Amino acid sequence: MLKQFHQLVSPKYFYNLAVLLTPWFAWLTILLMIAGLYGGLVFAPADYQQGESFRIIYVHVPSAWMSLFIYVVMAVAGGVGLIWHIKIADVVAKSCAPIGASFTFLALATGSLWGKPMWGTWWVWDARLTSELILLFLYLGYMALQSAFDDRRVAARASAILALVGLVNIPIIHYSVEWWSTLHQGATVSKMDAPSIHIDMLIPLLIMALAFKAYFVTIVLLRSRTEILEYECNSSWVSKLLNKVESRT
Amino acid sequence: MTSYWNAFRVIFLRDIILASRYRAELANPLIFFIMVIVLFPFAFGSDPDLLRRVTAGMIWITALLASSLSLEGIFRSDYADGSAEQMVLSGYPLTLLVAAKIAAHWCLTGLPLIIIAMLTAYLLSLPTQALQALFLTLFLGTPVLSLIGAIAVALTVGLRSGGMLLSLIILPLYMPILIFSMLAVENAMADIPFDAELYFLSGMLVLSVTLAPIATAYSLRIRMS
Repeated sequence: MLKQFHQLVSPKYFYNLAVLLTPWFAWLTILLMIAGLYGGLVFAPADYQQGESFRIIYVHVPSAWMSLFIYVVMAVAGGVGLIWHIKIADVVAKSCAPIGASFTFLALATGSLWGKPMWGTWWVWDARLTSELILLFLYLGYMALQSAFDDRRVAARASAILALVGLVNIPIIHYSVEWWSTLHQGATVSKMDAPSIHIDMLIPLLIMALAFKAYFVTIVLLRSRTEILEYECNSSWVSKLLNKVESRT
Repeated sequence: MTSYWNAFRVIFLRDIILASRYRAELANPLIFFIMVIVLFPFAFGSDPDLLRRVTAGMIWITALLASSLSLEGIFRSDYADGSAEQMVLSGYPLTLLVAAKIAAHWCLTGLPLIIIAMLTAYLLSLPTQALQALFLTLFLGTPVLSLIGAIAVALTVGLRSGGMLLSLIILPLYMPILIFSMLAVENAMADIPFDAELYFLSGMLVLSVTLAPIATAYSLRIRMS
């Protein structure tokens, strides 16, 4: 059992596994994305209040979910790398950061596009928006720290600590911001707080959430593959692999 | 037991003595603080009503900046001359030694900053009922700034892009403290009780006293390896 586990976390084995799995997840992403987009843009009925413009929910909400989910994955992977010195965990944590930052940015951008017709303004200092913005800053700080070191191992471990500190802080930030804005200004329009959402609208939303998850896995696998090749560029299996590619072309 | 206390005291006194030999450096964050505060009336105009409303916020934002700038030096000389390595190798728990350094740093920069902040609050005509709230929030909040900041300093000490990177990392982590402090001051100005905010700040202080020295020690170890 332990031996199998060690095999699984060896960079070479993980690389081969990633090569094997990438196309599966890529196809899964495409299928789910088509199904979710068709369901969301065509199949789901228009909202009685917001009309057609509510359909941005199918990008906005899944990316907001992903932004937090990826931060947790990143921090946990970093922690695993820190405690058990597993190289793969470091690689995964590092590859998560730019994807998470992109999803956070996407959630903010689609949110402000949605806010313009609904609230009449691109930006309000609403609790959710503000804590999402702070999350983006946390991601950017993590990436800045990650790139400040020359040594990959030190970079991975130092930024893992930062990610864990951020993980402890996220609930505090979230609730403090919520408290701040509810005391400052009345509750802002917030569609997801409505008691329930119609089932025809919900199903495409869930499919889109799964599609985003599959997309995330695909990109993490792709990024980890390049990371591993860079990390292990001096080992024999990588040079063998590169030679094979060279002789083929 | 006593030897642990001794170790804590030795490091604490060492930092106090070292700082007292470079008194000018000690005054720098305070002068910076006053100068930035003086910039605000130039930017907003000297209308007393306006200043009264934004004084507490100005003081807190400036305190955040002063803290992140002064923190930068907390491990710098130790890292450069190798005494940080000696601390790692000393056999005493590094967490304890780091806690002593943070405590010394807060006594040297946090405490004087609070006094100066109270004086400038008078200068900027903060209502008297808010003075107590401002004092309490600064008293509970600035140690948290030092404690959280120390983790980030330990991670970034000796790096090329040190200072800027440090601010980038710690300012998002500072936001809850700013929010609760400002809520407390605002409530005090409206004559509403502000116990809840103080409890939150105390909670964050307890949490960071418990966890931050451990994380700082761990970060220093990583940087030494």
